[in-house]
Amino acid sequence: MRLENRTELTLLREQWREKRENEKIRVLICGGTGCLAGGSQKLFERMTELCAGAKNVEIEFGPEVAHIGVKKSGCHGFCEMGPLVRVEPYNYLYLKVQLADCDEIFHETVLRGRPVERLMYHTGGRIYAAQEDIPFYARQTRLVLKNCGHVDAEHIGEALAVGAYESLEKALFEMTPQAVIDTVLRSKLRGRGGAGFPTGRKWQQVAEQPETTRYVVCNGDEGDPGAFMDRSVMEGDPHRMIEGMMIAAYAVGAQEGYIYVRAEYPLAIERLRIAIRQAEELGLLGDRILGTDFSFRLHINRGAGAFVCGEGSALTASIEGKRGMPRVKPPRTVEQGLWGKPTVLNNVETFANVPMIIKNGADWYRSIGTPDSPGTKAFALTGNVKNTGLIEVPMGITLREVIFDIGGGIRGGKAFKAVQIGGPSGGCLTEAQLDAKLDFDSLKRIGAMIGSGGMVVMDEDTCMVEVARFFMSFTQRESCGKCVPCREGTKRMLEILERIVGGTAEPGDLDELLEIADVVQNTALCGLGQSAPKPVLSTIRAFREEYNEHIVNKRCPAGVCQKLLRYRIDPEKCRGCSKCARNCPVGAISGQIKSPFTIDPDKCVKCGTCRDNCAFGAIYVE
Amino acid sequence: MGYMTIDGMRVEFTDEKNILSVIRKAGIDMPTLCYHSELSIYGACRMCTVEDDKGKTFASCSEQPRDGLVIYTNTPRLMRYRKIILELLLAAHNRDCTTCNKNGICKLQDLAHKMRIHYVRFRDTRPVRPLDMSSPAIVRDPNKCILCGDCVRVCADTQGINAIDFAYRGTEAIVTPAFNKKLAETNCVNCGQCRVVCPTGAISIKTNMEPVWDALADPNTIVVAQVAPAVRVALGDLLGIPKGENVMGKLVNVLHRMGFDEVYDTTYGADLTVLEEGKEFLERLSSGEKLPLFTSCCPAWVKFLETKYPELKDHLSTCRSPMQMFGAVIREYYRDPERNGGKKLVSVAIMPCTAKKEEILRPESTTNGVQDVDYVLTTAELAGMIHMTGVLFDELEMEAADVPFGIGSGAGVIFGVTGGVTEAVMRTLQPGHDRSGMTAIKTSGVRGADEVKEFTFPYNGRDIRIAVVNGLANADRLIKRIKAGEAEYDFVEVMACRRGCVMGGGQPTGAGPRTRAARMKGLYDTDVNTQIKKSNDNPMVMSLYQGLLKGKEHRLLHRNFAAAEEKSKN
Repeated sequence: MRLENRTELTLLREQWREKRENEKIRVLICGGTGCLAGGSQKLFERMTELCAGAKNVEIEFGPEVAHIGVKKSGCHGFCEMGPLVRVEPYNYLYLKVQLADCDEIFHETVLRGRPVERLMYHTGGRIYAAQEDIPFYARQTRLVLKNCGHVDAEHIGEALAVGAYESLEKALFEMTPQAVIDTVLRSKLRGRGGAGFPTGRKWQQVAEQPETTRYVVCNGDEGDPGAFMDRSVMEGDPHRMIEGMMIAAYAVGAQEGYIYVRAEYPLAIERLRIAIRQAEELGLLGDRILGTDFSFRLHINRGAGAFVCGEGSALTASIEGKRGMPRVKPPRTVEQGLWGKPTVLNNVETFANVPMIIKNGADWYRSIGTPDSPGTKAFALTGNVKNTGLIEVPMGITLREVIFDIGGGIRGGKAFKAVQIGGPSGGCLTEAQLDAKLDFDSLKRIGAMIGSGGMVVMDEDTCMVEVARFFMSFTQRESCGKCVPCREGTKRMLEILERIVGGTAEPGDLDELLEIADVVQNTALCGLGQSAPKPVLSTIRAFREEYNEHIVNKRCPAGVCQKLLRYRIDPEKCRGCSKCARNCPVGAISGQIKSPFTIDPDKCVKCGTCRDNCAFGAIYVE
Repeated sequence: MGYMTIDGMRVEFTDEKNILSVIRKAGIDMPTLCYHSELSIYGACRMCTVEDDKGKTFASCSEQPRDGLVIYTNTPRLMRYRKIILELLLAAHNRDCTTCNKNGICKLQDLAHKMRIHYVRFRDTRPVRPLDMSSPAIVRDPNKCILCGDCVRVCADTQGINAIDFAYRGTEAIVTPAFNKKLAETNCVNCGQCRVVCPTGAISIKTNMEPVWDALADPNTIVVAQVAPAVRVALGDLLGIPKGENVMGKLVNVLHRMGFDEVYDTTYGADLTVLEEGKEFLERLSSGEKLPLFTSCCPAWVKFLETKYPELKDHLSTCRSPMQMFGAVIREYYRDPERNGGKKLVSVAIMPCTAKKEEILRPESTTNGVQDVDYVLTTAELAGMIHMTGVLFDELEMEAADVPFGIGSGAGVIFGVTGGVTEAVMRTLQPGHDRSGMTAIKTSGVRGADEVKEFTFPYNGRDIRIAVVNGLANADRLIKRIKAGEAEYDFVEVMACRRGCVMGGGQPTGAGPRTRAARMKGLYDTDVNTQIKKSNDNPMVMSLYQGLLKGKEHRLLHRNFAAAEEKSKN
């Protein structure tokens, strides 16, 4: 069926709304990548089977009284607790659901409306029945992720029912392209890809180019280790992002768009394909959309998973089939982007923000967040916090609130040490900066960046030198190899860091590290290189002593760096039983029975077998 | 148009395309390793980084000049950056400088010296990679590659070949043909432009010096040299002679001293080519078939056309290149036992070109099953051989090339410049010798360094439509236009290298704009000083047609397609 005009779309939307409302009970099984890995596909199949077999129950939108919808939804965000199952209208959220739990959920909740308490979130003696009351969710403001986990991600009807393409309608029929740009400009929406460039300004620049063939490109390359905000949007609510791209295309006069998704996101690609196909079938994509003069085609381009392809010019080169390497600018992407034509290049989250701005207006949008960074930001909260997962918070919230209120604090009662924000291009922040506001400018002021939204929380057992080494090895591997400072400089920085964690560093190494970092930061060609030293610089700034301990005393205070560990036997505790010596694979332990044993550090390979075997807790790591 | 402040100096800029050009105009030799004014801007070496008055650093090659901009080029900070960048590069580079083919003319070595880098603190941890010796013309040594991308860009931008590109990431990045194939297995046309732009010794000429030395020392051989026009205006670059000066006289002398029995001038071969190609062109013009006629002097171009547009092969002139015509004639000449005295002929061609090394090996470059030319030495190799003899080149007396093939016309000598072949043919087609006729040709649009020249020339009551192209990427675009029916020509001259053979792949490297112009001028000046302007006025050529060539014109002067076909069957 092809929608010829606005009325037909409105009618169709009403039909789906009605169908949705007819569903008295909706079982939403998380179909995000995390929960799928936990076995949620089997849960979906079992729940479908159970519901289909029940009397008076019709799956989907049957004519009978008891309508039950069993849906494979997008990511709910509480990945730590997956696989997740939500049952509406009760809003029960079941955690870590196993196949064996399905029957109980069906009989208790679906058929009788009763909660299965053992599957619910509980902390401090309290059971949280409704998803919205769980602290992890209660402190969030889910706007971009609003539909993620609440609608069937593979059905455009569901999306239409909750308002998809309403903003496109408004733009097409009630606004001029310039009015759209003006609204986005006034909303002060800033690019969520990392740099925070004003989106409206970008669109305006493209619209003003003399060349009339223009493109809209969505960056779904999301290469930061541990980040999955964009993936979740693409998987869970693809139409929101597509709608955003279409509004951009209408605003700047583009007829073609590309979504660049890394090939490691097969589910996102699949969901996007389904979404595009369904939109095309309805004529929401294609020629003369809804009978207007606006035509727009959308292509998916899979990237080979190169971090550097998140950089604009490398990304467009990659779409063109060339090697993904950044080029010198100017010309900028807005002037000569894809195929040398003016191009709007925004990331997934940015486009996903657009429909609600058009729908609710710039003033509404500016009422959320801070004056200079309005709106919300999604973060992938990972590391040593209790609740890891995907969160969305208003800009300006403090790190403390995110880590302790939403994240539930540090896992295992350990102390907070640092939070790494902005991925390999970002920096580490410490206790002293916990009250810093999460917005583009505040973070920049303290030497970090909001980045695309990766947030790794680290506890006292984390070695900051090792963290720096990890990120450096990442950027070093992901450097495209084009410019000398990034290609060769990061390699030498990594070598020094490896020496430091390996116990072979010399006193001058720290200065040399800083010297090369300075060169790389100030002379590299693209953002990847320029920001590559940030994790190193920020950790040296805040944890210089820890570096010195490694270099001078060959000690890793956090006890992480293998090569620097020293196993010792406490003579007070040792009873001389010889168990450790017998179990040592390299014969490094010796001593007289019934008197304290000793470890020869030159022979010891730090395997830890002795400590694990000691019945008296006499062996410790220094 | 505007003013910038560079290191406190007020510097005017006009149409400079980047800040780097303005800095250099201001008399500062800003170091670069990946910048070539004729290639696209790449911005990889970062050596040209400058800072503005706010301390912001940027690469000056990739920013446009702006009025009022204040920049500094040599602050202690920038010098430190440059030194470290160089040190990083040197650490990942085979530093066997003393045994490198680029020793003394290497840009990296030069910069390391200028920046006074006396110690490299990092160790080279890269695996040693094998050399690619597969090509008859070019040797690639990945261990000396600094990944500046100049070769990649000249191959893609200027030549449209794309035989090499980057592969792999980070420190594992290398320049390589696709799928790590050998260069000889690719569509490489052996033009050698990659070697010309390579700042280090990573791409070099496959040398034939050794077998030539051996032949020269062998009492049972008679060693004959032919010297191409473009060699004489470039060889001096490496021997302390001013740029563009014609050194043919000294060159003949030194070749004799090295032991060459006879030294001939390929200009003579060019005259043969003009006559044959002129005849062929007139035949095609009257029959109207296989037009436009494509020139066939340039082996890189011939290979390009045969590989990429085999359907247009028939449009190529069947003429051999001047070197090959001459090579066949020389071999025929020395078949006479009276002339060879029972010795074996070794025919050496001294060329500005690396593709010639591949051309002599082609089956159609044989006569009666014998390879016409035995060895090709490039200008750069010859300079090396002269260095080895220890002869003080600039102090040598001049000598004339040997009879009977030592005389060439002015038309033959300008073969070394883009448009030269066409002009030579035009001269032959034009009757009479009056000055106005020569001026008309000169001003017809055939001259100049433009990449594509299109013009018409009146002949026999009609306008001949001519295109003169240099750079294979330009040729590619022209062919596409011809195929699409957007352009129509009768005669098309193509030289693979920009500006023609004077900038060939076997010439001394490091030629800037002044040297390029000087080489072109050098050949045109030689033409001016030559009394015989037309190929058909060369008496030695005309007597050859009456004598040795009689009845053998086709066999000796046109490509041996039978042998080529035979080869392709096997």
